[in-house]
Amino acid sequence: MKFVRDTMTVFSREATPALRDPVGLVFAMGQPLLFLVLFGSLLGDSWQWFVPGILVMMCLFGPMGAGHSLLIELTGGSLERMLVTPLDRTAMLVGRTLKESITLLVQAVLIVALATTLGFEVHVAGVLVGLAVLIVFGIGLSSLSFVLAIKSQPSGSLFWIVTQTLMFPLILLSGVLLPMEHGPAWLRAAGSVNPISYIVDAQRVLFSGQIWNADVLYGTLTACAFAVVGLAVGTRVMRRGVA
Amino acid sequence: MAVTTAGLARHFRLKKTLVEAVRGVDLDIGDGELVALLGPNGAGKSTLFRMLTTLLPPTSGSATVAGCDIVDNPDGVRARIGYVGQNNSAGENFRVRDELITQGRSHGMTRADATRRADAVLELLDLTDLAKRTPGTLSGGQRRRVDIAMGLVHRPRLLFLDEPSTGLDPHSRADIWDHILRLRAELAMTLVLSTHYLEEADRMAERVVIIDHGRIIADGTAARLKRDLAGDRLVFTVRGKAEAVHVKVPDAATALPRYLRKLAGEGAEVVTAQAIRPTLDDVFLALTGRSIQA
Repeated sequence: MKFVRDTMTVFSREATPALRDPVGLVFAMGQPLLFLVLFGSLLGDSWQWFVPGILVMMCLFGPMGAGHSLLIELTGGSLERMLVTPLDRTAMLVGRTLKESITLLVQAVLIVALATTLGFEVHVAGVLVGLAVLIVFGIGLSSLSFVLAIKSQPSGSLFWIVTQTLMFPLILLSGVLLPMEHGPAWLRAAGSVNPISYIVDAQRVLFSGQIWNADVLYGTLTACAFAVVGLAVGTRVMRRGVA
Repeated sequence: MAVTTAGLARHFRLKKTLVEAVRGVDLDIGDGELVALLGPNGAGKSTLFRMLTTLLPPTSGSATVAGCDIVDNPDGVRARIGYVGQNNSAGENFRVRDELITQGRSHGMTRADATRRADAVLELLDLTDLAKRTPGTLSGGQRRRVDIAMGLVHRPRLLFLDEPSTGLDPHSRADIWDHILRLRAELAMTLVLSTHYLEEADRMAERVVIIDHGRIIADGTAARLKRDLAGDRLVFTVRGKAEAVHVKVPDAATALPRYLRKLAGEGAEVVTAQAIRPTLDDVFLALTGRSIQA
């Protein structure tokens, strides 16, 4: 009960500035739509393949921003002030990731809606399961991003080094933007150890309308692993003290 | 007892060297006291504060704050104390009033209660007109008042203030102190603050705890510390003598005329005479051989 209330406290704190600034909100929401239209159109009539990929990519960029916002609050005193309240430590993480997840969810719905007008075919059950998997993955990745931000103190440079180094290989080796099947063997091998590619594969299968499928299982397990590890490590770091 | 510590210590490992930030602090602070922790930068004041406010677990020793053990029951401590850290406690993207409401809700209040309390502390710290502003648009002194308001939302009986006036211009510092002292008078709180401004500790605190290299090296009222550890001095210059004459005396005000008469009786022509009362810096100098400001 306290956990739910504390999560909502943190969530509504995070959401309030966005809701108070509708113009900024419109721009933030519009960005992926722009990407969809300007980049997706290049690929011709492959919306069914491209839409799930772009959703996963947003799932990678969102948490990066989440860690960045935490980094700013760490160098200021606002996080410290919240740590000297009985606020549940896990709720401090989950509330923040929840805000990221809901932003992501709204963006995803907008993308799917726009893509539908461009010829994307919606399989409702698959899309719903797909979004759920993305949310779970996003929660895990945001938590890990928070841990990285905390560990990067005080300069924050570690955060930038790690995210900048990881982001592009993770994206390119996941087959988000272009199919991996056409790549050389070594590239495909590298892709197969990239956990993101399991999520991407699962999303593509789900968005094509299939649910009971081995790819979906692996993707879901990967997302759950991110969430469990992220929240466990995140809570541990929060409990230990942010010094 | 608001605060009790026994052998409280915290060590850090920084690039393979052991830094003993706080080494075995025994400190008792009674309810209603106004205590200033005074020490140079790096003396361990902030580390001590961070342990007492549950931000940092101690390496060894124990402490009870507001009746709760800092290690066994940190949430109990957090619910009962207010904390004004060194940095500004309102987030940059957030309106002041929103942050105060969040703070109340973090302490388990309903939204309605938290809103009422937010408005009450805004009023208390003369911030009502700034409620809808974000911290970036406020002056240093105003931001500091927001920090204090944040520490008061849940009506704590014990408030920790880590360098509440550092970095402010003299006018804002005086203003912050007016507010702190008024709060104390109106709310009868226990206040524990740290400062490296000597004159603040001297003028405002009823009890001064001097910290150096992670240890308490003196503890008492400013007047007693100065009397016991530094003492008054008289300084004379006498015609025909190049060197000034320094005399340590128990009470400069009554000793000065007596010495003047005595010197005149001995035929010395006194050119200048000064009665010097010690400052807390003299106390620190007497204890450590260094100036606190250095």
